[in-house]
Amino acid sequence: MGANYPSFNDTEPLYIQIAQWLEDKIVTGQLAADEQIPSTTELSQTLRINPATIRKGVNILVDKGLVYKKRGMGMYVAENANQNVRDDRRVKFYDDYIRPLITEAQRLGISPDDIIEMLKGGDGK
Amino acid sequence: MSKMEFDSICKDYRKKTALSGVSFTVAKGSIYGLLGRNGAGKTTLVNMAGNRDFPTSGKVKLDGEDVKENDRALRRIYCSGAEELIPTYMRVRDVLASMRYFYKDTDTDYALELCKKFRLEPAKKLSQLSTGYRIIAKDIFALASGVEFIFMDEPTLGLDPNHRELLYKCILERFSDTESAFVISTHQIDECAGLFERCLILKEGRLIADEDSDKLRRSAYIAEGKTADVDAFTSGKEVLNRTTVGTLCSACVKGEPAGVPDSIEISRPTLQQLLIALTGGGV
Repeated sequence: MGANYPSFNDTEPLYIQIAQWLEDKIVTGQLAADEQIPSTTELSQTLRINPATIRKGVNILVDKGLVYKKRGMGMYVAENANQNVRDDRRVKFYDDYIRPLITEAQRLGISPDDIIEMLKGGDGK
Repeated sequence: MSKMEFDSICKDYRKKTALSGVSFTVAKGSIYGLLGRNGAGKTTLVNMAGNRDFPTSGKVKLDGEDVKENDRALRRIYCSGAEELIPTYMRVRDVLASMRYFYKDTDTDYALELCKKFRLEPAKKLSQLSTGYRIIAKDIFALASGVEFIFMDEPTLGLDPNHRELLYKCILERFSDTESAFVISTHQIDECAGLFERCLILKEGRLIADEDSDKLRRSAYIAEGKTADVDAFTSGKEVLNRTTVGTLCSACVKGEPAGVPDSIEISRPTLQQLLIALTGGGV
């Protein structure tokens, strides 16, 4: 993996992690609407990942309509991409964050009320 | 798209069978990882691609033609490895100049650019270079050879992490520009995992996997838990390897996990873990 860039974890297939990493950039606004995303070649060389894998990852964003192609110019972030990623992630929020939270809380014997208290308190103290 | 076919390759030495019935295809436009333990047959295979060793039976073909003693085919294939085949009294730049007699598209300017990036002095003789730099010089010859099929046998041997990172970048750069097929044998599995589109795994002279890297990694899973639980869960399944620590057990199992009880935790192996599980022993 390229210096200073994420070493992706080993659980998910690489191309899915690349798609998630790009979506992160869209959600945080690091890649804004109508901004160009790095080319396959740039991503491949920087992340030290095979271009076929990169293309597969970028294609997930294309299929979701989060990026669009300008002929001969490259890929650009779609107008409503930020909102779409947010909506998408909201749907998955329960599975991705709440479910593991509940599992761990049950292991530790933390009650739902305690969790609510922690959420209200912000830092959990 | 041009392709090289390794067709039922067998290699017998007097006392040992190095390769038996190895068949696979290498196509332009892909990077392959050639993986396996020491002595698995990786170097023998690379040598056959480069006319340095010949199969006892079977053929290496480029677009249907046997490459053996076939200059027309061999001009399209470059193999670099640990063996010293280039006279070490030669200077780096002289090697590059002489390469052009056989590999017409050797890109000297690009090679010199790479020398600069790696801080390799092209006026130096190979014999004056450190172990790492001697490998770097060979890597540069391979990258600049301008051929369609590039075999690199252990290109990171003796390279520091900075140079390894740079090499991976250069390989991907060159690959993007030329679409040449790269076949890279290495033991730096986890570092290189992202580089490979496909993995070829050799075990004791046999090809045990020829698979898309992601699919390969997801062809097995790790089950962890109490030894009794893990053993009950994995009973009847193909367990590749199994490690116990105290009363706990972790098993690498082939296939997709299904019907996993709460007592078992499932994760995915890294390519290196999977390779160790598939090729066995030594752990």
